[in-house]
Amino acid sequence: MNGGHDLGGMHGLGPIDPPKDEPLFHETWEARAFALTLAAGSRGHWNIDRSRFARESMEPGEYLRTSYYEHWLHGLEVLLEENGLIEAGEIEARMRDQTPGEFTGFADDRVLPADKVAITLGRGGSARMDGVSAARFKVGDSVKTININPPTHTRLPRYARAKTGVVELDHGGFVFPDVAATTGKKQCERLYTVRFTAAELWGEDCEHPDDVILLDMFDPYLKAA
Amino acid sequence: MSDDHDHHHHDHDDHDHQHPMSDTALRVKALESLLVEKGLVDPAALDELIDVYETRIGPRNGARIVARAWTDPAFRKALLDNGAEAARTLGYEGRQGEDMKVLENTPELHNMVVCTLCSCYPWPVLGLPPTWYKSAPYRARAVSDPRGVLDEFGVTLDSEVKIKVWDSTAEMRYLVLPMQPTGTENWSAEQLEDLVTRDSMIGTGIARTPGEAAA
Repeated sequence: MNGGHDLGGMHGLGPIDPPKDEPLFHETWEARAFALTLAAGSRGHWNIDRSRFARESMEPGEYLRTSYYEHWLHGLEVLLEENGLIEAGEIEARMRDQTPGEFTGFADDRVLPADKVAITLGRGGSARMDGVSAARFKVGDSVKTININPPTHTRLPRYARAKTGVVELDHGGFVFPDVAATTGKKQCERLYTVRFTAAELWGEDCEHPDDVILLDMFDPYLKAA
Repeated sequence: MSDDHDHHHHDHDDHDHQHPMSDTALRVKALESLLVEKGLVDPAALDELIDVYETRIGPRNGARIVARAWTDPAFRKALLDNGAEAARTLGYEGRQGEDMKVLENTPELHNMVVCTLCSCYPWPVLGLPPTWYKSAPYRARAVSDPRGVLDEFGVTLDSEVKIKVWDSTAEMRYLVLPMQPTGTENWSAEQLEDLVTRDSMIGTGIARTPGEAAA
């Protein structure tokens, strides 16, 4: 989707101003929002692509005005409601009455228990898939990205649509996010890294036309050039 | 530049607890109480998830990998062949680093990593990303003005040095193998670890010199 998240090349956002040092979480609520997102996500109601789509669905102006963990909080609320785990208005009601919320046991066997956290994080979950079809392109081939503007999730950013580049790497088969985000289904597609010149992406008159930008592109995003 | 502001950042953080709770903080607290009450999450697991990334998984892991690569040619080759697999042999693996490629900086080539669409970052080796990495200015400009971005980080490259910016648009994660500082050829891996900064492994910095480390 052409949302507020698709930031490559945007102007007017000001300096980066990186601090020399900063805490991992700037406020306690950020740490709690982070942990709630991982803990709720581990229940398996949604995949990572759906969760990215949920964050991207924030109104663009609001996305740009709010901080990173506010995006996460928004995404988590969307996902919890979609899956019937909380109801609309429930959070607001709880904010008003401020009931502490007593833990009386696990609702089901999908809960990630504290003693499984480290091992679960260590195991992770690769998006790599077996059974990918034969490669349409080989390293060194010229390719052109398609021009799509779906209102749903895609990992083909606006700045790299309808651009010509060269295949740099072939990573094999991976879950295709565009389909996974909307259907939950794992469709296997080949993933390539494609390199583009700054001149191709930003125009011949850009300051450093020979700089190279590389993107990970799924096979359906590409055609021969 | 950032040095001058550093103190103020800390001041601000230290005083946060004196402010009344923001709406966002109240909202997160309400959501947590709901999910805990419904039994959908284990409250102890929330603390553990935070503790893992605050105390166990961070850029020290990546620094150990880089220092090993600088001192062990066979490991360096394995790391460049399959980053995730080589990191695994040192015990670093898992969420957001299942598939990882390591990018070698050389005198002719500087690699730098961004995720313009969200915040993809190799968690097992670098921990959670810093705020600036997830911020709109970095995500917007890393791909369109990488030399300007590097300048903000105090890194100036000769104009002959090629730049490759890797936009992490899928589930491959990228870790930069910075160049080893000159004058450290006989250092041990343990000594070298202290020269490897987080930013040097993102590509927005270079490894510290022995002089900087001693200062």
